[in-house]
Amino acid sequence: MARDGEDAGMVKAAKVKRQRKKKTKENKTRTVHANILYDNAKGEENPNRHYANNKIKTTKYTLLSFLPKNLFEQFHRFANVYFVFIALLNFVPVVNAFQPELALAPVVFILSVTAIKDLWEDYRRHRSDKEINHMDCLVYSRVERRYVEKYWKEVRVGDFIRLRCNEILPADVLLLTSSDPDRLCHIETATLDGETNLKQRQVVRSFFDLDCDFDPTKYNSIIECEKPNNDLNRFRGYIIHRSGRRDALYKENLLLRGCTIRNTEEAVGIVIYAGHETKAMLNNNGPRYKRSKLERQMNVDVFWCVIILLVMCLFAAVGHGLWMFQYGDKRPVFDVLSPEGTDLSPIMSAIYLFLTMIIVFQVLIPISLFVSIEIVKICQVFFIHQDMDLYDEETDSHLQCRALNITEDLGQMQYIFSDKTGTLTENKMVFRRCTVAGVEYSHDANARRLAMYQEMDSEEEECTSHGGTLPRRDSVTSHQSARVVLRSQSTKSHRRTGSRAEAKRASILSKHTAFSSPMEKDITPDPQLLDKVNECSSQMDFMRFHSQPMSQLPSDLSDIIDFFIALTICNTVVVSSPNQPRQKVRMRFELKSPVKTIEDFIKRFTPSRLTSGSNSSSSSSLITNRSSNRGCSSILSSPSAESTLTKLDEEKPPNLEHTFSPVPPCYSEKAWAVAEGELRYEAESPDEAALVYAARAYKCSLVGRLPDQVTVELPHLGKLSFELLHTLGFDSTRKRMSVVVRHPLTDQITVYTKGADSVIMDLIKPPNTGNSKGKRQKKIVYRTQNYLNLYAADGLRTLCIAKKVLTKEEYACWLQRHLEAETAIQGREELLFESALRLETNLHLLGATGIEDRLQDGVPETIASLRKAGLQIWVLTGDKQETAVNIAYACKLLEPEEEILTLNADSQEACALLLEESLHYIQAKFLCSSADHAAKAFTANFAPFEIYPSSSPSSSSVPFMVHRLGLVIDGRTLAYALDKSLEDKFLAVARSCRSVLCCRSTPLQKSMVVKLVRNKLKVMTLAIGDGANDVSMIQVADVGVGISGQEGMQAVMASDFALPRFRYLQKLLLVHGHWCYSRLANMILYFFYKNAMFVALIFWYQFYCGFSGSAMIDQWYLIFFNLMFSAFPQLITGTLDKDVSAETLQQLPQLYISGQNSEEYKPYMFWMNMIDAFYQSLVCFFIPYFAYADSDVDLFTWGTPITTLALFTILLHLGIETKTWTWMNWLSISFSIALFFTVALCYNASCPTCYSPSNPYWTMQRLLQDPLFYFLCVITPVTALLPRYFYRACQGTLFPSPVQVGRQLDKLPAETRRNILSLSRVKVGSPLSTKPPFLSLAKPLPKGSNKTEKGSFPSPKASQGSILQTHDTRKCHKRSQSEPLGPKHSEKSLSDLYTLMSTEGDTLPYTKDSQCLDKTLDVSVSSWITSTPQTDSVELPPDRGSSQCVRYTRNSEEGLGSEPSVHQPGRRTEQRPEPASLTTS
Amino acid sequence: MGKVKTKTGPLARRPDNSAFKQQRLPAWSPMLTANTVLPFFYFMALICMFLGVWLLLTVQSTKEMKLDYTEAGTCDRCFEKRKNVSNAAQPCSCTVVFSIGKKFKGDVFFYYGLRNFHQNLRRYMDSRDDAQMVGRKKNLQTPSTYCFPFTTDQNGQPIAPCGAVANSMFNDSFVLTYHMPGGRPEKVPLLRQGITWYTDKNIKFRNPKTENLTLPEVFKGTAKPLYWQKPVYELDPLDPTNNGFINDDLIIWMREAAFPNFKKLYGVLNRAKEPFTTGLPAGNYSIEISYNFPVQYFRGRKEVVLTTLTWFGGQNHFLPIAYLVTSSLILLVAIVLTVVWWKFGKNGKNMEE
Repeated sequence: MARDGEDAGMVKAAKVKRQRKKKTKENKTRTVHANILYDNAKGEENPNRHYANNKIKTTKYTLLSFLPKNLFEQFHRFANVYFVFIALLNFVPVVNAFQPELALAPVVFILSVTAIKDLWEDYRRHRSDKEINHMDCLVYSRVERRYVEKYWKEVRVGDFIRLRCNEILPADVLLLTSSDPDRLCHIETATLDGETNLKQRQVVRSFFDLDCDFDPTKYNSIIECEKPNNDLNRFRGYIIHRSGRRDALYKENLLLRGCTIRNTEEAVGIVIYAGHETKAMLNNNGPRYKRSKLERQMNVDVFWCVIILLVMCLFAAVGHGLWMFQYGDKRPVFDVLSPEGTDLSPIMSAIYLFLTMIIVFQVLIPISLFVSIEIVKICQVFFIHQDMDLYDEETDSHLQCRALNITEDLGQMQYIFSDKTGTLTENKMVFRRCTVAGVEYSHDANARRLAMYQEMDSEEEECTSHGGTLPRRDSVTSHQSARVVLRSQSTKSHRRTGSRAEAKRASILSKHTAFSSPMEKDITPDPQLLDKVNECSSQMDFMRFHSQPMSQLPSDLSDIIDFFIALTICNTVVVSSPNQPRQKVRMRFELKSPVKTIEDFIKRFTPSRLTSGSNSSSSSSLITNRSSNRGCSSILSSPSAESTLTKLDEEKPPNLEHTFSPVPPCYSEKAWAVAEGELRYEAESPDEAALVYAARAYKCSLVGRLPDQVTVELPHLGKLSFELLHTLGFDSTRKRMSVVVRHPLTDQITVYTKGADSVIMDLIKPPNTGNSKGKRQKKIVYRTQNYLNLYAADGLRTLCIAKKVLTKEEYACWLQRHLEAETAIQGREELLFESALRLETNLHLLGATGIEDRLQDGVPETIASLRKAGLQIWVLTGDKQETAVNIAYACKLLEPEEEILTLNADSQEACALLLEESLHYIQAKFLCSSADHAAKAFTANFAPFEIYPSSSPSSSSVPFMVHRLGLVIDGRTLAYALDKSLEDKFLAVARSCRSVLCCRSTPLQKSMVVKLVRNKLKVMTLAIGDGANDVSMIQVADVGVGISGQEGMQAVMASDFALPRFRYLQKLLLVHGHWCYSRLANMILYFFYKNAMFVALIFWYQFYCGFSGSAMIDQWYLIFFNLMFSAFPQLITGTLDKDVSAETLQQLPQLYISGQNSEEYKPYMFWMNMIDAFYQSLVCFFIPYFAYADSDVDLFTWGTPITTLALFTILLHLGIETKTWTWMNWLSISFSIALFFTVALCYNASCPTCYSPSNPYWTMQRLLQDPLFYFLCVITPVTALLPRYFYRACQGTLFPSPVQVGRQLDKLPAETRRNILSLSRVKVGSPLSTKPPFLSLAKPLPKGSNKTEKGSFPSPKASQGSILQTHDTRKCHKRSQSEPLGPKHSEKSLSDLYTLMSTEGDTLPYTKDSQCLDKTLDVSVSSWITSTPQTDSVELPPDRGSSQCVRYTRNSEEGLGSEPSVHQPGRRTEQRPEPASLTTS
Repeated sequence: MGKVKTKTGPLARRPDNSAFKQQRLPAWSPMLTANTVLPFFYFMALICMFLGVWLLLTVQSTKEMKLDYTEAGTCDRCFEKRKNVSNAAQPCSCTVVFSIGKKFKGDVFFYYGLRNFHQNLRRYMDSRDDAQMVGRKKNLQTPSTYCFPFTTDQNGQPIAPCGAVANSMFNDSFVLTYHMPGGRPEKVPLLRQGITWYTDKNIKFRNPKTENLTLPEVFKGTAKPLYWQKPVYELDPLDPTNNGFINDDLIIWMREAAFPNFKKLYGVLNRAKEPFTTGLPAGNYSIEISYNFPVQYFRGRKEVVLTTLTWFGGQNHFLPIAYLVTSSLILLVAIVLTVVWWKFGKNGKNMEE
C-alpha cells in the first residue's frame, strides 16, 4: 500500500529529526513525541506544541470579531449593498429625500435582525462546543503516573489516552495496545461513514508482542506521519524507536475521533491529530446552500422591480426637467436654488432628481422580503419538524430539515428518483425460503408467523412468548439504556459540529445496528427440513461414533449439513453477547480441540491471516496442515459426487477422531438454548445476519469467530471449530464471497462460496452426465435454477450456496499463487481478485436461499398517491432485474395492466436500435391512436391532456405524454443510453413511460440519470435513498431526501431532508410541500403587490408637485410601512395559511399538480399583481385627491389619510388572499392597524420640531376628528378591492382551480366529502393519466363515462407480437453474421432482448409461472441437445378470460452454452467478469 | 423552538400534539363563491347608496362663490404693474365687484386661492426652519441649513422667518364690502384671528421668549425675508399680539398646501353685527384688494372664495358622487354575478355533489 512512500519517508523522517524545530511547520510530515517526556508545565521544549490542541471551536465569531465579520458576510448579499448604497445616497444634500439618519433605519434593522439570528446560531454552536470540549477521557499523567480524567479539550497531541469499551474517541489516536488478545480493537465508525459493522483496528506492530501492560513511561519512540488531511481511508507514517527500528503505520492503526470503541475492554493510544486537525473535523462541512426554484423565479421579478423603479425614476426625472424648462429663465417664486446656491439647469436638476427618486421609491425593491422569506421558512421548517405524522415511534425519530431554504421546492417536485433497498423496502432481511439439493422448503410456518407479526405490528413486544424472551428482553433494555445515555449527550448537539452529529447518529444507530426485533431473528424452521437436519446430524454423530467414513452419508443429507455450515461460516459475522453490549464473545474452543503439534500451537497463536504480515504464518500453517493431515482421518466423506474428491478421500489415512471436539453425549438442550439466546450477531449486511439466524433456527449456530477459526455448534455433534484458512471477501464485481476452511470432520480443505445466483450458477462444475450422480446433479441444478426464478419472481433476494473440496495439491498450487498475490507490491488488489477467481470454479451447488426484504409500510399507497400527484417515479436500484421488477410490482410502481418495455443491450449500437424502436413503438401506438380513430373512444382519457396543455414546463413540439408504459433498463444498457449520443433518445423514451426502473445501476449512474433528467427536461427532481450508494444522487437532485434507516447516516448527512420512512414522503410532499409552496408563492406575490401599490401612490403625486420628488406620505410612514405596519399579517399568513386541509390534500393528490406547474406563481401573475397594484394605488390616490381637491388641505393632512387607506387596502387585500383565518390572523391584522395608529398618534404628538423637514404635528389627531376621513376609509378600500374581489368570486364560482375545488370539498360535511372523494378516485384513478381528469370534478362528464373509462384503454396486444418478432429476427440475424457461434461466446451473445412482457398482476401466480418456466426449460434443454439455432417463444393460452398472456421469448443461442446453465426467461445478459483462465491444475 | 427538551424515554422526540404545532388551529375559511359573496355585494351596494345620498344632500346645502381676480375688474392694471419686478415696492390696489344670488347661511369662510403655485415642491417645502418658528433663540440667530439660500440677507444678517416658504408669503389683503340694495356700502367684518389650528398657534409657532422686551427688540439682529415689505413683527398693524411668528396669516401660509391649486383661509365672517348675524345676505359686493402678490412668473391665478361649510367640509360633490358610483358599480357587478350564478349555478352545485 504505502510501501513506496515508506522508503522515501524514512529518509525524510531522518531529516526531520535533525531540523525538526523550524521545519515541522513547513514540512509535509508531522512528528509526534510523547508528551510525558517533556515537562507539562513549560511547553517550550515540547515539539508537539505547534499542533492544534483538542479544543474545538466551530463558532464563526468571537465577541470582538462579530460585528465586522458579520457585516462583511452580510454585505455579500447584493440586496444589502444596494440598500446601504441608497441609505448613504441620502446623506448627499443635493439628492437627499429623508432625514438621513432615518433612511438608515431599514437597512440597519434588516442587518441587525440577520445579525441577531447569526449570533444566536453561533451561540448555540458555542454551547455545543463547550459541551463537547468538556467530555471526559483518561489521559496519562506524568506527575501522578497513572491515567487521570481530563476534559477533551485538554487532550494534546502526544498524550496517552486510555479508552474503554463504548467510549467515544476524543481525537485521532494511534493504537498502541489493546486488551484484546489478538491485539485488535473494534471500533464502530457509523458516525464517520455510516457503516454499522464493526471495524478492526490493529495495534502498531512494534507493540504487538508486548505481553505485559503497556507502560507509557517506557515509551520513547517518535512518530512521523503525514500532515492532517481529510482522507478517512489513508494514514501513513512511521514509528521510530530508540533502537532506530522503524515500523510503518497504516490506517489500520489509527482510531479516528468520533468513533466508538466496541468489543474491546481497554485500549491505549497516543494522540496524533487533535481538535480541528482530526479527520472527522476536517471532513465536516456545513449544510449546503441551495436556492429554490421559487426564489429563482422571484429574483427575476425582483429584477423586473428594479426595471420598473428605474423607469419610474426616469419618467419623474424627465418630467421634472420639462417642468423646469417650461418656466424658462424666469424662476418662479417657489423655486428654490440648489444647496450650493447656484441655479440648476433643468437637465442638472433632472439628474439630481433621478437619484432622489431612487431614494423615495426604494420601497419598491422589497427590502424586507428577503428577511421575511427567511423568517417564514424557519417557521415552516419548525412546523414540518413538529408534525406528528412525520414522527416514527419505532425509531423515535422525526423528520429533519437539513436545508432550511428549500422547503417550498417540496411543493414543486416533478420527478422522484428512489433507491429500492432500504428506501422502498425496510432493509430488514427476513429469511423466507430455501432450497437444498433441489428440494424446496417453503417455510410456510415461518411465513404464517411473519404474517402474524405484520398484523400485530404494534403490540409485538408484548406478544412475544418465545423461549428466549427473557434474555432478549434484557438485551433490548440494556441496549436502550445505552441509547438513552448516548442521546443525552447528543440531543442538544448541533448539526454542524462533527462530533455532535456523530453522537446523534450513534444514538440512532445503536437502535438499528443489530436485529432488534424477534421478527427477523426467529425463524420457524420448516419441519421437513428440520427433520432432515436432525437425521443427518444424528447419522453423522453415529458415524463418527462408529468411526465410519462420512462418505457413506447420503449425498442429499450431506448437502443439507454442508448447506447449513456454509450459511453459518461463509460470512464475516461477529458474535457478541448482549449482556455486555457489543462485547465480543472471546471464548476459545481450543481446549476441546487438543493441540496436535507444536506447529499447530504456533499457528493458533499467530494472528489473522488477513493482516498484512501474514506471509510467514500462512506458509507455516500450510506446513502444519500438511503434517497434521497425515495424521488425520476423514470420517465424514465428502458428500459431493466429484471423483477427484473421492480419490482424495481414499488417499487419506483413516481416522483421527480427536481433530474435532468431542461432544458430551448428554448435551443439555436447555443449556444450549440459553447459551444460544445470549448470542448476538453483528453483520456487515443485514442479509448475512439473516442467514446466520436462519441457520441457528436449525440448531446450526455460529458461536464464535476468531481471525483464524470459526466455531459452529451443530445438533448432536456439538461445537465444531473450523480452521479458517482464507476469507475471500465480497466484492461487487465477483458478486460472491468465499471462505476456505479445513473441515474438522473430514479434514478436507473446503471452499464455501455464497453469492448472487447469476454468478454462482455459471461457476457450477458441469456435471458429468455419464453416471447417475451426474444426472442427479444436473437435475438439482435445474431445479434450483427453477426455484431461484420463483424466488426472484416473488421479490426475494436470492443467494446461491456452493462448496468445493480441494485436494491438497490443488490447494497447495492455489495457495502458492495466492501468497504471491498477497505479497505482491504492485497491483495486489487485481492479483488477489484473480486469485479468488481461480479458486471459485467448478463449484458444487448446495442450495439457494430466498431472503425477503420487506416493503416498508404504506409504500404502494405512497407511490400510488405520489403518482396521482403527477410525480414521475423512477426507481434506481443496484439489485438485479427480476428482483427489482417484482418489488416494483409489489409496490405498485408497475401495474399489472401496463406494458413493460425492457431494454437490455450489450452494445452501443444495439442500445441505439432498441431506443429507436421503442420510440417508434410508443409513437405509433399512442400518438396515432389518440390522434385519429381512437380519439372518440378516449376523449375521457385524454381530456386531461387537453386541459393541461402546458403541464410540463418544457413541453416541446412533440407532446410528450405519459403512457401506461413501464420501462425497465439494466445498468449496462443504461451506461450506453447515458452516452451523449443516445441520451436524448433515452429521455424521450423514458419520459413517455409512466414508470422507469433502472436495475443494476451504480451510484455514479444514479447521479448521472438524475442529472440528465434535471438538466435536459428542466424539471424539479427529488432523490430519495438511504445508503452510501445514493449519496451522489441525493446531492445532484434539487431536493435530496435521506432515509434514516438501516444503512447508517451517510445519505442523511448528504440530504436536505431526512425521513424515518418512505411513506412520510407522501405527507411531506403533498401536504407540507404544497403548503410551503403556496404560502411562500402567495407571500412573495403579495410582497411585490404591496410595495408597488405603496410606491405608486407617491409616483402619482409627482404629477402634482412638478416631479420634484416630494412625498405626501411622511418619511416615517414611508420607511416603517413595510418594516412594521404591514409586516406581521403577511408573515402570519405566509406561515399558517392553508389553502386546502391536510386531509384533502392527501386524499386528492392531484392538488399537488398546481405546485408542479407553478400555478400559484406564474410570471404573468407578477404582472397581474403589478397592474392590480397600480389600479389600487390609483384609487387610493385619486379618491382622496378629488375629495380634498380645491380645499385648504395641507400636504400631510392629506397624505396621512392616504397612508391609512393604503394600509387598510393592503390588509384587506391580504384578507382576500387569506384562505384560513385563525385567531392569529385576526390578531396580527388588528395589531397592525393598532400599531399604525399608535405610532402615528405618538409620532404626531411627540415633537413639533424634531422631524424636519416634514412636520406632521398633530395631524393624525386632527384627522380622527374629521368625518371626511372616515368616509374615505369606507369608500376607498371598497373601490380598490372590488375588481380583485369580483375576480376571485367569479373564479370561485365559474372556473375554480383544482385547489379551490379542494377547498370547497373541505367545507362539506365529512360524509359528503367521502362520497365525492370515492367518486373522484374512480375517475382519477384511471391509471392512464398521471394528470388526472381533475376538472371532471368541476364539469362532470356525461354520466356513465366513469364506468367506461377503465375498460376503454386500447389493448396493446395487437401490434405487440409483430414488433417483437422483428426485433428478434433482426437480432438473430445480425449476430449470426457477426460472430461465430462458439460455445465460449454463448454467454456473451445472450440476446439483448427487447421484450414486451405484459405480465399478469403483481403476484405472479406460481402455478402459471412455473408451468411456463417448465416449458421454457424443456425448450432450452432440447435446443441445447440438438444444437439447432431456433427462436422459441412460449405463449401461454390466455387464462381467466383475460386477454393478456404471459409471453417469454428467447433466442436459441441461449441454449448453446458450454455449460448446461439454465437461463430463465427473465434473465438477461449481465456484466460478469470473464473468467480468463480457469485452469486449476 | 430553542427550548431544551427535558423529556426522556422512548418517545422523547415525539412532537407535541397541540393544535398550533400540528397546524390544526380552529380556523374560519371563507369561500369566495357567488353564494357567499353575493349577499355581501348587495349589502355593500346598499350601504354605499345610503351614504352617497346622505352626503349628497349634505353637500347640496353648502354655498360657494369663487372669484378669479387676477385680471378682473380694475386689477388688470395692477397685474400689469406687478409684471415688472422693479415695481414690487409700489403699492397697488384695485376693486372687483360681484354679487351673490342666494344668501349664505351660517358661518361664511373667506379664502384666498392660488392656482399653479407649487407649494409642494420638495426643496421649497424643506426650505423652512421649524425650530426657528418655535421660538428658539439659537435658530433665530443661526437658521437651519434647510433654509438655504434664504438664511441670511446680503449683509449676513439671519433672516427671520427664514426659508423659501416664508419668503414667498402671500401678501394681498382684502376688504369685502356689502352693497345693500339702496343702502350705503357696509364693510363685511371678518375675523382674521383664530383661523389657524390651535396646535399651530400655540405649540408649533411661538415667538422667542420676550422677557419684557418688545417684539422688535427680540427680532433685533435679524433681517426680514427678501420679498417681504415689512418685518415679521409688523405683520399685523392692528393687533400687536398677532405679530411675529404667531401671526395667523404666516401660520396659515406655512402650512404647505398639498396641491398646486389651493386656497387658504383669510378670515371668517364675524356674525356679531346685523345684517351678517345669520350669514352673508344676497346682494352686490365688492372686494378692495391691495394687489401685491405677483403670479405671472409662474402663470398663476389668484382668486377669492366665499363658502359655507358643513360638518363634512366645503362644497365638494366628489365624495357623494363617488359613493353613488361605487354603489352602482357594486350593484352592477352583483347583478352580473347573480345572473351568471343563476345560469351556471347548477354547475357549481354539481361540482359539490
